Amino acid sequence: MIEIQDLQKSFGDFRAVDGVSFSVEPGEVLGFLGPNGAGKSTTMRMITGFLTPTGGGVKVAGADVGADPIAAKRRIGYLPEGAPLYPDMTPRTLLEFIAEVRGVPASERRARIEKVVAQVHIAGVLDQRIDTLSKGFKRRVGLAQAIVHDPEILILDEPTDGLDPNQKHEVRQLIEEMSQDKVIILSTHILEEVEAVCSRAIIITHGKVVYDGTPQELKERSPSGRLDEVFREITTAAAPALG
Amino acid sequence: MKSTTTILKRELRGYFTTPVAYVFIVIFLLLTGILTFYMGGFFEREQADLAPFFFFHPWLYLILVPAISMRLWAEERKTGTIELLLTLPISTGQAVMGKFLAAWAFTAIALAATFPVWITVNVLGDPDNGVILAAYIGSLLMAGGYLAIGSCISAMTNNQVIAFVVSIVGCLLFILAGLPAVLDFFTGWAPQAVIDTVSSFSFMTHFNSISKGVIDLRDVIFYASLIGCFLLANTLILDAKKGE
Repeated sequence: MIEIQDLQKSFGDFRAVDGVSFSVEPGEVLGFLGPNGAGKSTTMRMITGFLTPTGGGVKVAGADVGADPIAAKRRIGYLPEGAPLYPDMTPRTLLEFIAEVRGVPASERRARIEKVVAQVHIAGVLDQRIDTLSKGFKRRVGLAQAIVHDPEILILDEPTDGLDPNQKHEVRQLIEEMSQDKVIILSTHILEEVEAVCSRAIIITHGKVVYDGTPQELKERSPSGRLDEVFREITTAAAPALG
Repeated sequence: MKSTTTILKRELRGYFTTPVAYVFIVIFLLLTGILTFYMGGFFEREQADLAPFFFFHPWLYLILVPAISMRLWAEERKTGTIELLLTLPISTGQAVMGKFLAAWAFTAIALAATFPVWITVNVLGDPDNGVILAAYIGSLLMAGGYLAIGSCISAMTNNQVIAFVVSIVGCLLFILAGLPAVLDFFTGWAPQAVIDTVSSFSFMTHFNSISKGVIDLRDVIFYASLIGCFLLANTLILDAKKGE
């Protein structure tokens, strides 16, 4: 469903993504882990066509993101980092706009919007301006716009950032419900989250994949069975020696 | 086309859900009023036309249109919504076109709101309404030219102040292109053909003939190709920024 081949991205001299390859199939929930600045968001931005790779390529459902971006983008639902939303819109007008551009037929739009509004619990703020909403609500509106067209592929950059523990739990449940027939890639800093919702974990540091396997296997690598220890070990071992 | 319309609708609605539209229209009407009646000597001239009204448009737009265009892309970049917009299943060109057309439609609304001036001149005298209509069309075309330049410049930065100032300078060059100050820069070293070309880029030249009631196809083509070129550059800049 998603095939990533030797993906590279440089910003000037800095190699943000340095030869990342992996593929994801429907039913998989892929957790993208790594320290800040490891290249997680940059990779996601290349999958969604927001950034053009310096080298390598991404295929989404058979469509090459570089050659046929519109076909690829049509299959994807995307929550960008920080959940950017038009501040002067309301969740309702935003969802109507996204549903229309994403090609949800006019007759189904209302039902689709009602469904996602219930899924992410934003019915109470549907007609409030987005810039007056709390961080948690904004994140959930961002999530709603990512799923409003019922995409086959979901790319979620830190979907639970800024949510309280209950909201995090709800979002994880939502991801689990949707995972049956979708490809989901999510990035997170929260290791327990990977354990809770992901069927596969990729750890990326300095633009390179340093671990690709199940969260369970990852955990077993640590003598104490603690994910954060393995994470620290893997991500710091790969760091280049400092001067 | 359909996607362009959807973007256009969202954008245009955006002007009216923020104070931007109302502030802009009020200031625009206030300034056209002051310029027409005080500086333009509308009554003193005792002529039934809107020449003093249209005379100031190139200069008025120089300040006001960049105020509209500066936010087109710089704001999207600043708030990060550009990532939302450009990952939708639309081409960059459709996004550019949708935003531009919305801004243009908005300036058309502001321009239409000046209709009391038209009523005034019709009450006081018997003007040639064909000339007035032509001048309105010319004014709108010119606004489109300013907007396309401003939109293109806005795509280069995430700073609205920079977009505003650079757009003013960019548009000013197109106003001044016909004036000796700019042409002197070229005379002496550039061939006459270059000088003629530069002067033919002047907004003033193309606006003056239309505002006298002559809609020359060449003037229309000038504005259409100017808008087309800058929107194309705008699209290329956005695509190039993805690869940076």
